[in-house]
Amino acid sequence: MVTQMKQGVFTITENTALTPTTYRMRLEGDTGAVTAPGQFIDIKLDGHFLRRPISVNDVILPSSEGGCDGTVTVIYKVLGAGTEEMTEFAPGKKLDVLTGLGNGYDLSDAGDHPLLIGGGVGIPPLYLAARRLIGQGTDVSVILGFNSSEEMYYVDEFEKLGCRVTVATADGSAGIKGFVTDAFRALAAECGVSCTGSDPDTEYTRFTHFYTCGPEPMLKAVFREVYKEAGIKGQMSFEERMGCGFGACMGCSIKTAGGYKRICKDGPVLRTEEILW
Amino acid sequence: MVDTKVTLCGITLDNPVIPASGTFGYGYEFAELYDINCLGTFSFKGTTREPRFGNETPRIAECPSGMLNSVGLQNPGVEKVISEELPKLAKVFNKPVMANVSGFSIDDYVYTTELLAAQDQVGWLEINISCPNVHGGGMSFGTDPCMAADVVKAVRMTTDKPLIIKLSPNVTDIAGIAKACEEAGADGISLINTLMGMRISLRSRKPILANTTGGYSGPAVLPVSLRMVYQVYDAVSIPVVGMGGISTAEDVLEMMMAGATAVEVGAANLTEPFASKKIIEDLPRVMEKYGITSLADIVGQAH
Repeated sequence: MVTQMKQGVFTITENTALTPTTYRMRLEGDTGAVTAPGQFIDIKLDGHFLRRPISVNDVILPSSEGGCDGTVTVIYKVLGAGTEEMTEFAPGKKLDVLTGLGNGYDLSDAGDHPLLIGGGVGIPPLYLAARRLIGQGTDVSVILGFNSSEEMYYVDEFEKLGCRVTVATADGSAGIKGFVTDAFRALAAECGVSCTGSDPDTEYTRFTHFYTCGPEPMLKAVFREVYKEAGIKGQMSFEERMGCGFGACMGCSIKTAGGYKRICKDGPVLRTEEILW
Repeated sequence: MVDTKVTLCGITLDNPVIPASGTFGYGYEFAELYDINCLGTFSFKGTTREPRFGNETPRIAECPSGMLNSVGLQNPGVEKVISEELPKLAKVFNKPVMANVSGFSIDDYVYTTELLAAQDQVGWLEINISCPNVHGGGMSFGTDPCMAADVVKAVRMTTDKPLIIKLSPNVTDIAGIAKACEEAGADGISLINTLMGMRISLRSRKPILANTTGGYSGPAVLPVSLRMVYQVYDAVSIPVVGMGGISTAEDVLEMMMAGATAVEVGAANLTEPFASKKIIEDLPRVMEKYGITSLADIVGQAH
């Protein structure tokens, strides 16, 4: 997907805590460059040299959905000095933002029964994907993984869209005890899908495609169990330390079956078939 | 009306602003954003004989007023640069481009320089003997005057096009190395490449960069680059291209007063994608502010 980056000034309209370490920020401005779920924006912060790349959680486009300006929503986790400072930003503050970065998820491959798998800070971009997939009339299942119930957020939001949501927590304080892959096995069993991979005659017809984002250990587990063992193809969003965010510095390159790719420009979304795990 | 033109090794530039190698790819990413023909020229991504993936990630770490990178010369190799990248560039850039060459042996430098010098689009060859992120080559040539001279002598045999030698700041005697390059037949000197540095993650208690060390660039290094350009200007009579921390039109004037005939803009392109364009647009106003009518007049005026 060809993307055209834009630089613009955005005004904060909301900056609220969803959990003690996870915040939602809404930014008003020209969102015309945001074309797909899974893309990210890159925010300039005073006193920090590099911008902060954060995935798009939701977007309201300027013209098609009303108003002159659009709104882009991001959900960020406090990880360092930059994101710590962001939590102090008040509505009305203006930020220099690059938008339209990254390829994003291709929803045309979703099929009738897409499965979304998100872990922790990787959950936000799946929300826009879910909203659009519901809009396409598909039957969307969502697995959300957290460390514990205190860190849970956006479960209601996915349910309100009309998704079937399964929660997994590592400590068992909510939902299924375990990881997203444990939830996948439970969900698959419920849907009549065998996920052991031991029976070569099993037809994995329920889930047509999957979309995922989360920490690398989770992505590796999903890749192994959902793609390799259950045979469901999907699209995985990757994270890497970035320099520019728009393909110039080669700071975030990885090796794929299709050659070297820049996570910021050729990604962050890669297809399971191109991942060398 | 102010005059921003400068002449670098016999080729006149509309202005002295040159995006630095490794921050501008092969040009077309930026050509999607603005008409890159506004640039003096640009130095394309460091190109080697063979394709290179570079170092493992993480390759980027933030620093006060700058960044570390340990990309390690990722590039598709000289053959693909000529067959794929240069034709794409020709569609969006109609000025002579600066070809940046790296290598791991004198043979590598000769091979790559000869192929690139034969391309009509290439105006200058910038020979990088100073990459801090590759092992067993690159910088070792740039840290020793004799080895630097050997590279220059060898590539000199391949072309009459201007050869600009890009030097490392990670040395004890920058002027001596510049002098050795001049005596070996260089047409110009560019400096500084990045300063070797590192950062450590407090969470993991390990270096942030997979390569452990990386090159420091950004506004923080401007005083270092000014000092080194100033010293090299005194030591050689060939033109000097100054770089290191330039992010404003004011920085351009300062670097030229230190002795630079032209300047390269690096890290600024990565955080402000329109940085080079903006610097060029700001130049006339800033020149007028300081009573400068021709940029060529101020080269080395601080001496």
